[in-house]
Amino acid sequence: MAKQEIKWRLWRVAVFLAALAPLVYWSFQVYQNAAGPEPGRYLLLNIGIGGLWLMLLTLSLTPLSKLTRWKGFALIRRQLGLWTLAYAVLHLCCYALFILGLDWALLGAEIVKRPYIIVGMLALLGLILLGATSNRAAMRKLGKRWKSLHKLAYPILALILLHFFWVVRADMAEWAGYAAVGALLLALRLPPIARTLPRLRYRVVTR
Amino acid sequence: MLIKIAKPSDLRESDVTPESIYLSRRRFLGGVAGVGAGLALSGRVKASEDYSDVPSGDAPAWLDDKISQTRWRAVTPADPNKDALAPFDDASGYNNFYEFGTGKSDPAKRAGSLQTEPWSVVVDGEVNNGGRFTLEDFASPSQFEERIYRLRCVEAWSMVIPWLGISLSEVIRRADPTSKAKYVRFETLVDPEQMPGQRSSFALIDWPYVEGLRLDEAMHPLTILALGMYGRELPNQNGAPLRLVVPWKYGFKSIKSIVRISLVEEQPVNSWQLLAPNEYGFYANVNPEVDHPRWSQATERRLPNSLFSPNNIDTRMFNGYADEVAELYAGMDLSVHY
Repeated sequence: MAKQEIKWRLWRVAVFLAALAPLVYWSFQVYQNAAGPEPGRYLLLNIGIGGLWLMLLTLSLTPLSKLTRWKGFALIRRQLGLWTLAYAVLHLCCYALFILGLDWALLGAEIVKRPYIIVGMLALLGLILLGATSNRAAMRKLGKRWKSLHKLAYPILALILLHFFWVVRADMAEWAGYAAVGALLLALRLPPIARTLPRLRYRVVTR
Repeated sequence: MLIKIAKPSDLRESDVTPESIYLSRRRFLGGVAGVGAGLALSGRVKASEDYSDVPSGDAPAWLDDKISQTRWRAVTPADPNKDALAPFDDASGYNNFYEFGTGKSDPAKRAGSLQTEPWSVVVDGEVNNGGRFTLEDFASPSQFEERIYRLRCVEAWSMVIPWLGISLSEVIRRADPTSKAKYVRFETLVDPEQMPGQRSSFALIDWPYVEGLRLDEAMHPLTILALGMYGRELPNQNGAPLRLVVPWKYGFKSIKSIVRISLVEEQPVNSWQLLAPNEYGFYANVNPEVDHPRWSQATERRLPNSLFSPNNIDTRMFNGYADEVAELYAGMDLSVHY
């Protein structure tokens, strides 16, 4: 194996471990009885916020590679996207298992009744769609349409932030931080701004 | 005047499961080796010994003195097995006190620096006998009682907590309300230097935190002003040094770190009602039939729980205190007055 190839493989493995680490840590806290009196809610909230982090990180990769032209960012885009999906699925599982105690009737009722859950479910469905079409076969089959389909990531981010917004009760500071980062990442997609990103890099390098 | 509320169905002091035994039951259920089932069935201990696991606080001498003269187990749950006490660490480590942040563990992390001594309470408004009182002068005339109440949070979780406090009705009688007094308004301390949540520019609450009760609710024998819990003074994060406890209402009504109590003619607008009137009303009586717009109130998670047993139990009308308080709301449409 070429040296370069080993390097990229290691990079991918490192990213994999870094994305897995929080789940291991939170589970360990629960196992140690260090997660407070409501461990299910502890996992639910941490995994939810973790998923939002992963979504934002995934969406920062394209601007970052434009800015730096470092190949590593593009190489982990699919992986981080799939991690976002995994966290979202786990988030829902935590809700169904630990909050509702697998009461399916209650889950059904909550899904139709609560706007924040409807919005969260829509975001999850979107992520599942993107995850299911993230393999090479789907890319080949979809051709040009693949790229437009995966622009769904932008409205999905908006849905996630709306889901979070409707859960907040008394202080918007934390939400506002995530929303600001999300807005920045979406703004970087606007064509005039997106075009200047590679040029910014050029300036940095030639200076 | 001493008011003792004991229904025939109430169990006696000796029937309460002590916290240490409750804890060991949990440990046992958690599967940790070395704790036998026999312990959970062993004999019961007296109230004063129940809290041997609870870290002692740093109360002023007069408060320690009052606490030592507490009438223990003055009100206890009818079924102490179903309503087992939450461990002190959970009751003091997991709660809402937005003055110290919005996370459930923020209050425990950040409230340590709150200065609760000296503390004074202003009693004003429609009273003949108002003024500013030191906490000692305010609380000392009253007999301390231990009240074991269910606390039902509007967020659909609940805990059973042994409060130490004084009857609010006695405090109000001492203030001698005028005929115009129809409501009681409470106010929490405002001190952004000590309360980081009040420094947040993204806070939706308009400080000070305000709560209110109708006069008859305030005069109800179940309503207390708590100065302690688990046999000691209140930890700061639980609303030291003086908080309200109204067990048939959602927890947010039980305002913490009170600095002002006013008898007023008009219905006060409480903080949560001001913030989201479609979600939180003035009455905020625990009611399984009226959902919060964002979640169901039909059930609650009794804490502490564990991963695979969320401990979802049915929420009871008026948090199980209907026999005592339902008549206060006779004829009212509680889906309108939520």
